[in-house]
This record gives sequence, structure tokens and C-alpha cells, in this order.
Amino acid sequence: MPASDLILQDLQQCFGVETFQLQNTVDDILTLWLSKNKVVPVIDNLKSSVSQPFNLLYDICGIDERDKAKKNGLPSKDFTIVYHLFSFERNAFIRLKVGLEGEYPSLPSICSIFKNANWYEREVFDMFGIRFEGHPHLQRILMPLSWKGYPLRKEHPARATEIGPFKLYDELQDREQDALEFKPEEWGMQRETDDADFMFLNIGPQHPGTHGVLRIVLQLDGEDIVDAVPEIGFHHRGAEKMGERQSWHTYIPYTDRVDYLGGVMNNLAYLLAVEKLAGIEVPDRVKVIRVMLCELFRINSHLVWFGTFAQDLGQLSPVFYMFTDREKVFDIIEAVCGGRMHPNWFRIGGVAQDLPNGWDGLVRDFVNYFPKKLVEYTNMVLRNSLFKARTKGIGIYTLEEAIEWGVTGPGLRACGFDWDFRKKRPYSGYDMFDFDIPVAQNGDCFDRAVVRVEEMRQSLRIVEQCLNNMPEGSYKADHPLTTPPLKKHTMQDIETLITHFLSVSWGPVIPPGEAMSCIEATKGANSYYLTSDGNTSPYRSRIRTPSFPHMQMVPYISKGYTVADLLSILGSVDYVLADIDR
Amino acid sequence: MTVMQHIWIVLGVLFVLLNIAAGLIWVERRMLALWQDRLGPNRAGPFGILIVLADTLKLFFKEDWIPPFADKWIFITAPAIVVGTVLLSFVIIPFAPNIVVADLNIGLLFFLAMSSLAVYSIVLGGWASNNKYALLGGMRGASQMIAYEVFMGLSLMGVVMLTGSFKLSDIVAAQKDMWFCIKQPVGLVVFFIAGIAETHRLPFDIPESESELVAGYHSEYSGMKFGMFFIGEYLGITLISAMTTTIFFGGWLGPFLPPWLWFFIKTFAFIMFFILLRASLPRPRYDQLMEYGWKLLLPLVLLNLLITGAIALWIRG
Repeated sequence: MPASDLILQDLQQCFGVETFQLQNTVDDILTLWLSKNKVVPVIDNLKSSVSQPFNLLYDICGIDERDKAKKNGLPSKDFTIVYHLFSFERNAFIRLKVGLEGEYPSLPSICSIFKNANWYEREVFDMFGIRFEGHPHLQRILMPLSWKGYPLRKEHPARATEIGPFKLYDELQDREQDALEFKPEEWGMQRETDDADFMFLNIGPQHPGTHGVLRIVLQLDGEDIVDAVPEIGFHHRGAEKMGERQSWHTYIPYTDRVDYLGGVMNNLAYLLAVEKLAGIEVPDRVKVIRVMLCELFRINSHLVWFGTFAQDLGQLSPVFYMFTDREKVFDIIEAVCGGRMHPNWFRIGGVAQDLPNGWDGLVRDFVNYFPKKLVEYTNMVLRNSLFKARTKGIGIYTLEEAIEWGVTGPGLRACGFDWDFRKKRPYSGYDMFDFDIPVAQNGDCFDRAVVRVEEMRQSLRIVEQCLNNMPEGSYKADHPLTTPPLKKHTMQDIETLITHFLSVSWGPVIPPGEAMSCIEATKGANSYYLTSDGNTSPYRSRIRTPSFPHMQMVPYISKGYTVADLLSILGSVDYVLADIDR
Repeated sequence: MTVMQHIWIVLGVLFVLLNIAAGLIWVERRMLALWQDRLGPNRAGPFGILIVLADTLKLFFKEDWIPPFADKWIFITAPAIVVGTVLLSFVIIPFAPNIVVADLNIGLLFFLAMSSLAVYSIVLGGWASNNKYALLGGMRGASQMIAYEVFMGLSLMGVVMLTGSFKLSDIVAAQKDMWFCIKQPVGLVVFFIAGIAETHRLPFDIPESESELVAGYHSEYSGMKFGMFFIGEYLGITLISAMTTTIFFGGWLGPFLPPWLWFFIKTFAFIMFFILLRASLPRPRYDQLMEYGWKLLLPLVLLNLLITGAIALWIRG
């Protein structure tokens, strides 16, 4: 009996058979529909009562079902709320769906069960207008507080031209300005106590230490942080909404820009889900090419983090050395893809082109060059005693706290847990590679740094294995849904010609269904949860990014430290604003 | 010395100092670039040296903005204080035999007094800006500079004991046989560290610490007022380097070359060291810096004083 059936049996025993309706999905994740009054007890049960519990709240998202072409007998009504939970011990996801009826429905909040549900529920509220009863602070999170409408509802326009020209009148500007003012009372903060007047310091949205448009309001007693409220959404571009009107193929460049330091790694997360839906199995050469580029981008992303982290702590030089090396990686990426940060290079069922002649020389040079440099940087930064004094024992969280807040990636591994999705749930052929999962034990800023530096070494090992074992074969799967479609039989066969014509002009039509991918991106677990209703574009494309829960945790881990420590913490969390806001 | 000669010395010193401070902008940027594998400013003039002129022109043409919420007069005075006090400190430095503006017999005390006054520019600038970042920067600056003032004064007392004078020309003369950097190594190290903290340069640039406080106490300053803080910082570096040279490295003393050149070479070496520090070290946290000062430097410098005194007494019998 498969493991997913066991948990279903457990749940049915506990709550009765009729509570759950099973849905089959192509990604083999156990998917259960339940009614909204059962949400809290079932999730509570999954987290705390079952053996091998589902202790990570991976994602919560909403779907507006009202325009869906084919419902396939599912109990979906007007809206669906989808919960993804993950169990490390079982190494399995579970997907719970709640169908909601009505124009602006509501359901119970699960904030009391999972700490990181807070922001996810706020996001659903922000995007759909669905209320969560019992939520401590249900307020818009990505959109401005003054926004009218709920963007991910199907009736909300997706293009600026549908809304009419925007004019910023003086009154409107004043109103928007006022809406930005931070009111501590709204967050249950005091302005003073008996022995201290608190200072509320606005860090951002424009600040040299936040690495992007992030605003954190600090409640300070002297220089000690009493509380902090991050405000996100300044980088929100509606990547999920765009997915609903781009074709499956033309959405790829938008994914590049989600974690803009991860480049093609975002393509991979998206395409793995699309390929699951389309039933495409890619050739080995494609897998290895993809892995090689992803790992090069991981090195790149970590180099940016390493340099800017040192710079945040006042060390001015490393960032220049590291950006120089990053340039060397970009030289390879440019030779292969033609682009640099956003190459938009992976395709459904393959990659855009075969590797160019001489790619192996470029990669070999880098593989030989970089390890020495990495040793130098480790000596320069990690072994510096001032650096240690600034990072050791700062921003500590335990493994339990990390899981409670939905931390994945290096931040989780710095707590001594060797969890890496590349190893534990291999995708794109990562099981063929030999590499280690670096871990550290203390879960402080320094350990997170150590883990990332070691990850660069491991990535280099993977790149070297790709270099030495690049399989021969096609760079694209032989499947009718690959893009751009294969052309070789079109001149002999009218059916193929028609399919080709449609695929090129409309883009591929992906069969109805839903699938979620899960990759170990540069900053943690990145997923695309795609729903297709059998059209040329996704019905709903949900992007689960690692930076979102990580940022949510920042207030929790920065309380009691000083303003200077906040910079260490922000640096060590390694977020990208576009990855938070999408 | 005639009155005319004296005036010429004053004007000459002022001219040279302001030019050095401005030139240091270029030197620092080129040196940092060299150490950071970059090119640095290399377009305007030979080796980019005219960047100094361009920068100054730019500062003059910037809008001279006083924020409406600032305390106007204090806001204007603050940058002048730093330049004024640092320039006054140079009065007592003997650049060569007979090239000194005023060889006061309380030279060292005058220097310490002036550098104590310089803290006002940070505190007042941070306070008058009426900006939270500036205020935090000003607060940090005040406590940092007051703390390091103490060690700076104490670290020099060893030299004073050995010389028996506060007069800088006496101190230089006393180093004819052996520089004080050999007799007073602890004093030298503490003095230099305190000097970095006094000039609030990286790694001790905590009052402005860019990544935390945007620009700290001078966040609200622009145009030439910002330029004054900027020049004040470079003058400060020059001052500490010149003082280190005078007190610990024999001042103008040296064979073959003319005395003023020796002085210049030695001072420049320390300026380079300042820049190298900036290129290499991260910044400690504010409380770590204070802890380091009070718990390590203070006992160290007191111990140094005790031992120096004991040895001086023993030698005299």
C-alpha cells in the first residue's frame, strides 16, 4: 500500500470517510477536498496527532474557480483554498482543498496552528477578498492599503490598458502618503512604557541595507529592537496574474524575474510542473544541461549574497572580488544562453538550443579557477574575527522554530538538518550526481554563511560532473507539446503541420489537471503549482517562493538585538525582494 | 621670525592642508580601486586627478538645502566646527624645524582639547537634522568619541613622561637617538586605534555606518555643507597621521632628505594605512566597540603608564 493511502486511512478513521473527497492529480500528491468547518481540526490533526506529522506549512493559495472551463466533477465552487503541507519524516506533501461558495466567502484561520500561516492568509485575503476568521491581523500585504479590488479574482483586469490612465492628483497623493504612515497602535504596539519612550524607525523602502524595496518599521528602545514589522509588496508585479494571460510558453521569461539571482533555476521550477501536466519526459542531455546551468546560477546567487553580506557588515572589498568572479560565470552563461541574468533559456520539453562549441573549455577553466578563490574568500571574510563577532550568536533559531516558520534551504540546513530537495526528492536527474549536503549546527548568522559557502563548493562539484559526463542526444524531447514544436515531419504529414502551426501560433495546449513542482532553489524550496483547464494558458499559476516565509520570520528572530544586528540578520537570511513579492 | 614670515607660514600650511585634504579624495578612491581590482576615477585629467576639481565643482553647484524641520543655525554651524577644530589642531605641529605656526608649550593638551571639541560637530549635526538616523548617528558618535578621547590622552602620557614636556618640538628632539615607537609601542597602538575612532573611519565609522544608518549624522546634509564634513574627515586623517609621525616616528628627523620631506613621507605612509584599513576590515558593532575600548584599551593604557613611570623613575635612580 503506498504511503499516501496510509495517511488517508488514518484521516478517514479519525474524521469519517465522508469528510474527504479524493482527487487524482498528475503530480502524485495526495489531494483531499474537505469542507471549511473541518479545516482546523484536520490540519491540527496532521500537524500534531498523526505519526510522522506534516509539520511544515508549505503554502496556502486561493483559486478563483468561476471561469474554469472543465470542472471534471470536482466539488469546486466559486473559490478554492489550497493548503500544501509537508512531512519531512514521510518525505511527502499533502494537499488539502476547501471549496467556498459566495461572492466574498470566509473560512476559519489556521494561524493558531502554524505561525507562518499569517502572511499566507493575508495574501489570499489581499488577492481574493476571502476572509479568514480568527486571523490576528487580516490586512492587505502585497497591494497598497488603498487598493480597490482583489487582483487575482477573474473579474479584476490584468492589463493596465483595461483600467484607464492613472492620474496622481494632489489629494490622491496626500491620501496615499497618509496610508503609508505607520501607526503602532494598529499592530498592538505601545509608544511608550513607564521607563522608555520607543522610537519607531523606518528602514526602507529606500535604504542601503535592505537590498531592494523593503520597508521594515522598527520599534526601538535606544538601539535595541523591541519589535519589527516588515512591509512588503513594493516589488509586487503580479507574476501570478500574468501567468493567467500568457501562454504556457511565453510565461517562461516572467519566471526568470521572480528570484532574479536564480535565473534559469526559476524556469526549471515552472517547467517541471508544466512537463508533469503535459506528460513530457525529457532526455538525459536536457536534464544534465539544466542541472549544470542551475548550479552555475546557484554559485552566482551565493556570490552576490556573500559579497553584499560582507558589505553590510562594513567590509567593502569582498563584493568587488566576488562580482568579478560572478562575471566569469556570466561569461559562461552568456556563451551558452546569450543572456546573462535572465536568459529565459529553458523550454517546455528541453532547452532553447544545444550547447555551443567550446562550452566545455569555458566551464573547465572556471572549475579549475574558482576553488582557489573560494578559499581566499573564506579566509578573507569567514575567518575575520570582526566578522565572527558580528555574526556568531546573532539571529539564532532552532530547528523546531525553523520548521514552524516554514524555513527551507540553507537557513534550515544551518540548524543541523540535512534536508535538501535535490537529494531527498530528486528532480531533473539530481540523483545521478554525487554531492554532499553541507550542514551547520547553531542556526545563527555565521552558520548560515558557512553553509552557503560550502554549497558553492558542492555546486562546483556538480558542475564538474556535468562537464565530465555530458550525455549525447537531443536537447529537446520528442513530444508534440514541446516548444518550439519539432518541425521535422511537418513537410510529410498534414496533421503534424496543423499541430505545428497551432502550437507555434497559439502555444501548446496543456491537458487539464494540476501539478506542483518543488525544487531546491538558491534560497530554499521554490514551487510552481499550476492548474490547467485545457487551454493555451494556465488557469492559475501559483508561485511558492522561499523568501516569503523567511521574511515573515525576520521580526521573530531580530527581537532583542540591535539595529546593527538586524543588518546581519537580513544579510544572512538572503532574500530577494522579487522572490518575496512576485 | 618676522611677522611677514609668520603670516606666510600660516597661509602656506593652510594652503597645503586644504590641498592635501582635497587630494586625498582622489588618492583614496584610486588606492581603494587598486586594492579592489577596479580602475577607480581615471577619466578627468592625468590619472583622473582632476576628479577632485570636478567633485568640488559639483558640490558647489548642488542645492544648498536646509530641511524645513531642521534647527537652522545649529545645522549650519555643525560642519564648520569639525573643519575649524581640526585645522586649529595643526597649529601646533612642527612640520620641520622652524616651520610651525605656534609651538605652544602645552601643544599636546591643545591637540587633545581641539579633538574633543570636534565631537560637537557630530552631535550637533545629528541633533539639528531632526532625523532619526542622524540622531542615532550623533548619539553613537558622541559616546564613541568621548570614550576614545580618554585612551587617546592616556596613551600619549607615556611619551610626555619620557620627554618631560608637552611641547611637540621637544618631543621630536627627544627622539634623536630612538623613536618613541620603540620605547612606547603600546602607546602607539592605542593612540592609532583611538585616532581611527576619533576620525570615525572604517572600521570605526559607526556614527555613519552606511548600511545601517544610511549616512548617520550627516544624512540630511548636501552640497558644500556635506563637503565640509567630507573635508573634515580627510583633514582628520591627515592630522592623526601627522601626530603619529611627530610623536612616535621622529617627526621631521631623518637622514639625507630635507626635514619637511621626511615629515611628508612618514605622514603619507600613515594616511595610506588608514585607506588600507578601510579596504580590508568589517565594522564592529557599536557596543562591541565600546566594550573593546573600556575593557581592553583602558586597562592596557593604564598598565603602560604604570610601567613607563616605573622605568623612568628607575633610570633616574
